[in-house]
Amino acid sequence: MIRVVLPQHLRTLAGVGAEVELQVNGQATVRSVLDSLEARYPVLRGTIRGHADQRRRPFIRFFACERDLSHDPPDTPLPEAVVAGAEPFLVIGAVAGG
Amino acid sequence: MSGVRVLVGTRKGGFVLTADGKRKRWEVSGPHFAGWEIYHLKGSPADPNRLYASQSSGWFGQMIQRSNDGGKTWETMGNEFAYDGVPGTHQWYDGTAHPWEFKRVWHLEPSLADPDTVCAGIEDAALFRSTDGGKCWTEVSGLRKHGSGPHWSPGAGGMCLHTIIQDPSNPQRMYIAISAAGAFRTDDGGQSWTPINRGLHSQYIPDPTAEVGHCVHRIALHPSRPNVLFMQKHWDVMRSDDGGDSWHEVSGNLPTDFGFPIEVHAHEPETVYVVPIKSDSEHYPPEGKLRVYRSRSGGNEWEGLTKGLPQSDCYVNVLRDAMAVDSLDPCGVYFGTTGGQVYASPDGGDSWTPIVRDLPAVLSVEVQTLS
Repeated sequence: MIRVVLPQHLRTLAGVGAEVELQVNGQATVRSVLDSLEARYPVLRGTIRGHADQRRRPFIRFFACERDLSHDPPDTPLPEAVVAGAEPFLVIGAVAGG
Repeated sequence: MSGVRVLVGTRKGGFVLTADGKRKRWEVSGPHFAGWEIYHLKGSPADPNRLYASQSSGWFGQMIQRSNDGGKTWETMGNEFAYDGVPGTHQWYDGTAHPWEFKRVWHLEPSLADPDTVCAGIEDAALFRSTDGGKCWTEVSGLRKHGSGPHWSPGAGGMCLHTIIQDPSNPQRMYIAISAAGAFRTDDGGQSWTPINRGLHSQYIPDPTAEVGHCVHRIALHPSRPNVLFMQKHWDVMRSDDGGDSWHEVSGNLPTDFGFPIEVHAHEPETVYVVPIKSDSEHYPPEGKLRVYRSRSGGNEWEGLTKGLPQSDCYVNVLRDAMAVDSLDPCGVYFGTTGGQVYASPDGGDSWTPIVRDLPAVLSVEVQTLS
């Protein structure tokens, strides 16, 4: 199981709590985790990455194991601790705005 | 018992204000979608309990919400707005070509006849339509593919399609307006579009009388006279008596003819309301006095309406979609400010009272008259 932590507004949209547990088919990557997340919560489509180009929205960041994964290619394998469920995959809204 | 429901979009959520026909005591519901920008909320004329809301965020993008019970509960609808074909480019601020990119929905206009049909005006400027209650959206691409599209450029607030007006006497005719491209009309249900900007004069563009490039802020019409249009342009208040084929200025004795909203009285087609703003560089009322101006003669002769409005130290703005009228008798007029006040006049503008004073900055105000 992959543990995913969403920002507050996306928790509200999806109707979930602080953490979501996802079963990911195949290798766990940013892309496969988001595919699984959007399949389970279709309301999140378009909120983290673009509908058509699948690019991360500019004010969204991905973190895990104290590393910024935002600029890694989306098919890069996630850290083993995330795959094992020991560490969460964090979707973060940039600290910006008023 | 008749009543009104005022739908208010703000920088930090949506609010629903309700009152009976006297419009004295108000109930406030909200914030709905707390923390999100609600650019626009609007009810279906065919089913008043059907509401649509544009919910957006710089972080998380665009959401469309729908209510089937007058705003008590909401359901998330489709949020994919894909331009038809290769989007191409429009003109950027510096004159270079810039790719068309979806940013947000500025305005939702439900069909006059069908609660499941609704149009969306978006930034970067395009018109979309849904015929399944907001689940799927398809571009009405004849507008953007009008030959002038590559020459459209954004206003300071972005290149937004902000005004959508259906002709109640002709389902094939619709008017839209874009900042800063101008006004357009279709007479064939959206297949083809004609720019309707003859008579507009904008000294801030290279050709002041160009076919496109004018920063139209808002257009309004009275349902009984759909060929008569009133326009608040960046500067100038304009009128057309021929469905937009030609325009003439009716700013008359206004203290300034810069502003954003314009509205027409529900029962008097020659009674028009504007809120003059000092200038394009100072977006607040002249002299710190918040005044609605009313013309009972279709323009040119304007009277300032001040009773109940702050007449000193007031430096708010009233945005283009933040004014509306109800259809009770006497006609109610409503507007919201960037300072978070929503003012109501149950007597056609003669006197004003704040319904609420401390909302987040108001982006839009719409009114439903309920029976």
